[in-house]
Amino acid sequence: MRIAGKGLMQGAKPVTFSFNGRHMMGLEGDTLASALLANGVHLVGRSFKYHRPRGILTAGSEEPNALVTIGSGAQQDPNIRATQQEIFEGLEARSQNCWPSVDYDVQAVNDLAAPFFGAGFYYKTFMWPSAFWEKLYEPIIRKAAGLGALSRQADPDACEKAYAFCDLLVIGAGPAGLMAALVAGRAGADVILAEEDAHMGGRLLSEVEEVDGKPAADWIAQMLEELDNMDNVRLMTRTAVTGAYDQGTYGALERVGHHHSRRAGLPRECFWRIVAKRAVLAAGAIERPVAFANNDRPGIMTAGAVRSYLNRWGVAPGQNVTVFANNDQAHRTARDLVDAGVHVAMVIDSRHDAPDSNLYPVMKGAQVCSSSGRKRVESITVRSVAGEEKIQTDCLAMSGGWNPSLHLTCHLNGRPQWNRDIAGFVPAPGTVPGLTCAGACNGEFSTAGALREGAAAAVEALVELEIKQSEVTLPQAENDLYRVTALWAVPGKGRAWLDFQNDVTVKDVKQAATENFRSVEHMKRYTTQGMATDQGKNSNVAALAVLADATGRGIPETGTTTFRPPFAPVSIAAMGAGAAGQGCKPQRFLTSHRASREMRAEQIEVGLWYRASYFPKTGENTWRQSCDREIGLVRNHVGVCDVSTLGKIDIQGPDAAKLLDFVYTNTFSTLKQGKVCYGLMLREDGFVMDDGTTARLGENHYVMTTTTAAAGQVMAHLEFVRQALRPEWDVQITSVTEQWAQFAVAGPNSRDLLNGLLKEQIDDTSWPFMACGEVEVLGVQGRLFRISFSGELAYEIAIPARYGDALFRALIEQAKALGGGAYGMEALNVLRIEKGFLTHAELNGTVTAFDLGMQGMMSKKKDFIGKAMSTRPGLMDDGREQLVGLKPVGPVKQMTAGAHLFNPDDPVERIYDQGYVTSAGFSPTLGHSVALAFLKNGPDRIGDEVRLVDHMRGIDALCEVVDPVFFDPDGGRSRG
Amino acid sequence: MDDLIAMTPCDGLLPVTIGDVTLTEDLPVAMTSIAPYAGQDEALNAALKDAHGLDFPAINRSTVKADARAIWFGQGIALLQGPAAAIELAKFAALTDQSDGWAVVRLEGKGAADVLARLAPVDLRRQNFKQGHTVRTELAHMMASITRIGPDALQIMVFRSMARTLVHDLKTAMAGVAARG
Amino acid sequence: MRITCPNCGERDRREFYVKGAALARPDVGAGLDEWHDHLHLRDNPASETKELWYHEMGCGAWIEVCRNTVSHEVVSTRLASGAELGGKR
Ligand SMILES: [Zn+2]
Repeated sequence: MRIAGKGLMQGAKPVTFSFNGRHMMGLEGDTLASALLANGVHLVGRSFKYHRPRGILTAGSEEPNALVTIGSGAQQDPNIRATQQEIFEGLEARSQNCWPSVDYDVQAVNDLAAPFFGAGFYYKTFMWPSAFWEKLYEPIIRKAAGLGALSRQADPDACEKAYAFCDLLVIGAGPAGLMAALVAGRAGADVILAEEDAHMGGRLLSEVEEVDGKPAADWIAQMLEELDNMDNVRLMTRTAVTGAYDQGTYGALERVGHHHSRRAGLPRECFWRIVAKRAVLAAGAIERPVAFANNDRPGIMTAGAVRSYLNRWGVAPGQNVTVFANNDQAHRTARDLVDAGVHVAMVIDSRHDAPDSNLYPVMKGAQVCSSSGRKRVESITVRSVAGEEKIQTDCLAMSGGWNPSLHLTCHLNGRPQWNRDIAGFVPAPGTVPGLTCAGACNGEFSTAGALREGAAAAVEALVELEIKQSEVTLPQAENDLYRVTALWAVPGKGRAWLDFQNDVTVKDVKQAATENFRSVEHMKRYTTQGMATDQGKNSNVAALAVLADATGRGIPETGTTTFRPPFAPVSIAAMGAGAAGQGCKPQRFLTSHRASREMRAEQIEVGLWYRASYFPKTGENTWRQSCDREIGLVRNHVGVCDVSTLGKIDIQGPDAAKLLDFVYTNTFSTLKQGKVCYGLMLREDGFVMDDGTTARLGENHYVMTTTTAAAGQVMAHLEFVRQALRPEWDVQITSVTEQWAQFAVAGPNSRDLLNGLLKEQIDDTSWPFMACGEVEVLGVQGRLFRISFSGELAYEIAIPARYGDALFRALIEQAKALGGGAYGMEALNVLRIEKGFLTHAELNGTVTAFDLGMQGMMSKKKDFIGKAMSTRPGLMDDGREQLVGLKPVGPVKQMTAGAHLFNPDDPVERIYDQGYVTSAGFSPTLGHSVALAFLKNGPDRIGDEVRLVDHMRGIDALCEVVDPVFFDPDGGRSRG
Repeated sequence: MDDLIAMTPCDGLLPVTIGDVTLTEDLPVAMTSIAPYAGQDEALNAALKDAHGLDFPAINRSTVKADARAIWFGQGIALLQGPAAAIELAKFAALTDQSDGWAVVRLEGKGAADVLARLAPVDLRRQNFKQGHTVRTELAHMMASITRIGPDALQIMVFRSMARTLVHDLKTAMAGVAARG
Repeated sequence: MRITCPNCGERDRREFYVKGAALARPDVGAGLDEWHDHLHLRDNPASETKELWYHEMGCGAWIEVCRNTVSHEVVSTRLASGAELGGKR
């Protein structure tokens, strides 16, 4: 119920929203939780395992119970905390984990069967037989136990990620954080102040107190005005810092679009990576519940949350409130309620020395031991020396004390320390380099203390940053002593809940101890304590206190489970922001892309590149028809293919030849200018890294080509050799892959084609096989290489990329006039298999020069990368799998890459494996399939028969082992 | 046959304006990478000064004179943008024509640095990344060069073949920044 | 994680590629045992270790990074060209 005149939202606009289909009114600035409470709604959801009715426990991101689904259809967003979700006009929210409705949930029978669902239930019950797990148990469990559901539709909303940098990151904008930001900001430091809430101020927004002689809200407003006016301070609200990482990197999740109706282009969330030279953690503290029987009933909340709803949102969560506490602070709840005119039936304090009050009755040395009510608390049972007594109440505000929010200090392996005075863990200093804790997260619970520690942390950071600080005066503020006496669990019958979301009870933790899961980490996994979306923020300390008690150890000896990132749940969508669809990876397009699309070419992805797979002609219905025709064009006329994706590396300098001699197995220093040579490159371990051709353009100028697949790897390798291994050599290397568009012109008519476009005509004498040089083509300077990857008379012509589109079109036009045309990757692949030329299908990282029959290319006269290890035993053994060709000789005519080879009489079993097929295709030139394979002792088995088996595609074919060069073995065509 | 017609990397993709940020293609006439040979730094610097009126840029910096700009482009490399590199420079440095290898765009407007904060892991805010400053960095998984060429103008370069991805990613980030209002 | 490139300054790890331990290439004429050691055997210390990183998305420098595998502290970095990794010839 909203109390007129109470709260910080005076004059706020009314907002209409719906919950479970029911339309309600709230105020702008309400969270869904405050708006629901204002409407008298306490039952919000059902628990994970037992489907117990659950209400709102807290007023922050630690909320374990009130998880709802926002929106519908593709935009459905599950597991949103009602305590964080701000309402807006038209917001639709629904309860989850209940069917058919939150009021009547069929699976609440789980609650009656609770004795069977205790700790370790899943492990024990569903152990055997294992096949049942997949088929029976898991589907049932998944259906029964679960949180919200995904829509299973593509999410139309985008998330975003971003980077930010600062001198000082202040995490949390309560009194400590505001003070730290102010001190650092005034000194001129580059500050980011990140606050998880929609409003800065922290607990001060929820408490009735004065700072600097004025109401806390006014002081906050004054601070924010000053901070907002500083160019060097960046205020980030709705931004939860979720993780601390190495070298001052912090992850943070900003809720950008959650509190609006949809707006085009607006991301829902932004995942920030903030790099900070220093940081102040001022994350506050989280109040812990007390475990007693049926402490999970809607209407039972933390005492601090009741104050938040009352003082910030002007909502009284009950009309007849009781308070159960073990500390002085919780008494403020009763005080504030009475001030607001709400009846407080009783304050039950477990301590005998609890303070008295003349505003409300206090029972000292008493404990709440149970509650009753159906979907909301109706009464509580209080136990004292006088016996047990029932008290009617519609809201119980409970407080077991406060736990410092030290989570980030654990992210780099830090272990918190137990502090008896506050009965809680405090951060160990220095666990995150550059991060200092201040205020409640450091165990300092007074406002004055928070202001003091915030200022001190900023001063410490300024010293480290070598920024001169300005004068700091600390404002006057509340300076009460925090008095608490630990109370974790009230003994008694019935289930006392520790982890509300995962339905873990005191009994479960004790059972874990009984079954010898005495380590806190084992207990956690056995009971699932702390493994829910709140990650045990509300329950971990109490659970380990119960464990400590059950195992007869103290809390410090028991230790705590560690906190890992993220502090608050981060959606996968936010972490993967920008990577959906086209954002997944860069796409690389050729200069011929537009023209080949106009020719209806199918595209194939080759690494990041998109290349034309084949160019279908009218009447061609399958890729094979187009491929066969394109092969014919090349073999009989002339074909044009874009080969720009091959890596091209410009190598210049007095020691260019030395570099090439060192990275290739063969010698390039003796290559004549104007000539091209094939080269083989090894890794240091003696296996083949890459191959390609390198042209000598000048005395000290070469251009190397790499395979498409290895272009980046070879560039890094050359840089490594040049910088790390041979820094004394004077040689410069530059990638020119993108500078040049390069087209293969292949086939008997290729020279005629080129002569139609070149300024100066070429013939076999002026441009012999493996010649290279500069040419002028249609008014533009280019480079011409007489090299062939098809076995035909062929050239590759390179031109500055801006002319790539125009040259490709001109080449195609000329080719057509000569009976030829474009060919794509499919045809290119068959053409090279027919010739036994290699790609990375063969250069697969496990082959040696010997395996390829290229041992002769390994120079004996010089050192080169991989030379030493290529001679090690085993790399040149006859028993190795070596390159051969295969052709089918049995009734099955198909061969496939990836198939394995066996002797015809051997069983098809792994131990009899003789090798494998790397590339296969149908050769229209030869009229049968052709394949390249690695076969044990292959070259000695030419003419033998082997059995090719491909279990994946169901192929079993008898093949003959042949020379890998199927077509034109003398190479006369390419030289002619 | 007619002479070949040139096409720019971002042909058909730009310009585009979203919110207060504009993205245009900004292709210099020529681009040449200049990598001095061993011990030639000073000689090259003098030659560069003679030929183009420019100093060889320091790390993470660029130098400008009239239509010529020299951007630090990596370890021991500068990229001369504008005029074709004078042939005399070849005595002291490896010159490599890069005129066609890179897509060059200009992102201009008050939110330009905010847009790039969504794509590149470097601090490009005006107070730390001043006019003339340059970085080689990663931009949405692409190798990139980013230079502040005006108070609110950033020049961005990625490999030519990635122009479409560059424009797509920049437009997405621009829309996100604009929608925040 | 952030690494200080001797050229570019402190940068995000996304800009780098890691190769592995920074070890000098065996001298010319080294035996297979030495090569085996160089290529395949690693110490895996729980302390400072030297690695080679490539500033691939940045300036293109190969860098020797001294890093603590326990604290993740990047203790020092220098250009690989000054780390004498080429072996004797
Ligand atoms: Zn660098």
